[in-house]
Amino acid sequence: MANATTSPLGVYLDHLEKGELAYQFSPDANAAVFYPRVICPTTGHDNLQWRISQGLGTVHATTVVYPQKGDPYNVALIDVDEGFRMMSRVEDIPPLDVRIGMRVKFRPHPAEGDEPPYPVFTPAEGAA
Amino acid sequence: MNGLIRGSAAIVGAAESDIGAVAANMSPIDLMAQGIHRALADCGLSLRDVDGLFCATTQARTSAMSLCEYLRLPNAYTDSTIVGGSSFEVHVAHAQAALAAGLCTVAVIAYGSTQRTVGRRASSAREYNPYETPFKPFLPSTAYALAASRHMHEFGTTREQLAEVAVAAREWALLNPAAWEKKPLTVADVIAARPIAHPFTVRDICLITDGGGAIIMMNTDRARSLGKKPVYVLGCGQAITHASISSMPDLTVTGARESGAQAYRMARMRDTDIDVLELYDAFTINTIIFLEDLGFCPKGEGGRFISGGRIGPKGSLPVNTNGGGLSYCHPGMYGLFLLIEAVRQLRGECGARQVAGAETALVHGNGGVFSAQATVILGTQSTM
Repeated sequence: MANATTSPLGVYLDHLEKGELAYQFSPDANAAVFYPRVICPTTGHDNLQWRISQGLGTVHATTVVYPQKGDPYNVALIDVDEGFRMMSRVEDIPPLDVRIGMRVKFRPHPAEGDEPPYPVFTPAEGAA
Repeated sequence: MNGLIRGSAAIVGAAESDIGAVAANMSPIDLMAQGIHRALADCGLSLRDVDGLFCATTQARTSAMSLCEYLRLPNAYTDSTIVGGSSFEVHVAHAQAALAAGLCTVAVIAYGSTQRTVGRRASSAREYNPYETPFKPFLPSTAYALAASRHMHEFGTTREQLAEVAVAAREWALLNPAAWEKKPLTVADVIAARPIAHPFTVRDICLITDGGGAIIMMNTDRARSLGKKPVYVLGCGQAITHASISSMPDLTVTGARESGAQAYRMARMRDTDIDVLELYDAFTINTIIFLEDLGFCPKGEGGRFISGGRIGPKGSLPVNTNGGGLSYCHPGMYGLFLLIEAVRQLRGECGARQVAGAETALVHGNGGVFSAQATVILGTQSTM
């Protein structure tokens, strides 16, 4: 069998470069898969489809890190509406004001130097 | 842990190495060897009796290889399974299986760490996780703080209840001459301490010390011929639900529910049969969640359950009688110290902190970020 020409992380990052939050969907399990993998952990099959999230989610858990140097910052787990959970942070509000249950919207954080882009979230009040 | 037989093996020797702050340039393998020397002396065996080595440390990628060289035991049966702080509870089950299969006859489980001396970053390098590292979680604190936020949200667990776990640990530590912390601690002290990861302050988080130790296991028939009272392995269980906090199936329910159920089943026991508990308290939320998952109170009730000093020296349920990772000692992977304390409690060697009439102990190890859960139930001769 020929080697794979792409990797799960590689495809994910390619989408982020285009401003898209991508995830996998396993039709056999009828469930989202995140983080991206080469096989579905429910079925063991490699039948995984790439999909693009609408970018809306809800804060599932939240904390504030107090570094020894620099300002405190938020770290949160976000339940994205398409049915997967990811680590991220909520920006544009003070880190202690981030609340469990808060509706949030995806925003790509651009690549900086060697650091690839990554997904952050901002409050999306009114987004049901 | 299907296939293991209740009471087929026993812990016959147990000892700490130097702990707290050790001499300059002491290595993790030095501390393992020192712990092994002391644990062998504890049960009247010698190094030449040892033919099984079980060990783990974050500071040596191939610790079994290092230990075989250091002790000149080229033919030892080895297992350096590493699943974080619960590695040593997993080693107990693996050693029991190896002893039962005749792969070895005297099994040593050893640990060593110079985390305080060399620094946390040098002792335990973090792997890059492309789905978490960009958000700069301060691990493991951030992960446990996320779980705590969820427990507080779902069940109304309070900041004060978290602090009470640290206070109970400190009260036990004040009864343990070997404990790192020597001063009293109040709920107000915990809450007012330096914030690390909301809602945790530095007092909700385990210590950063050096330390190591060893325990010696044998099959029960041979264990009874030694000087000290054997401590029997009655039950073992293990569950690994995730590695990263973003993949934890439910932030308020750990694999302890499954590992505990396996251990209780093998031991033919339940929560009410346990006299003393040693639970891996890397963070104050751990003790609360493990008491729930191991059946000592319903899910969500842990905060209320521990309040009012219930798990302290004057309370009705003795938990973490050495002072725990919060106040006694925590060199990175604390699981071996839980086993050492349980052995001492069941032998009645604990002086001012001795739990009267302790015949059974539940040891619960935790590895990673609530990731690798392993439970061991131990008992005296009366439980056999």
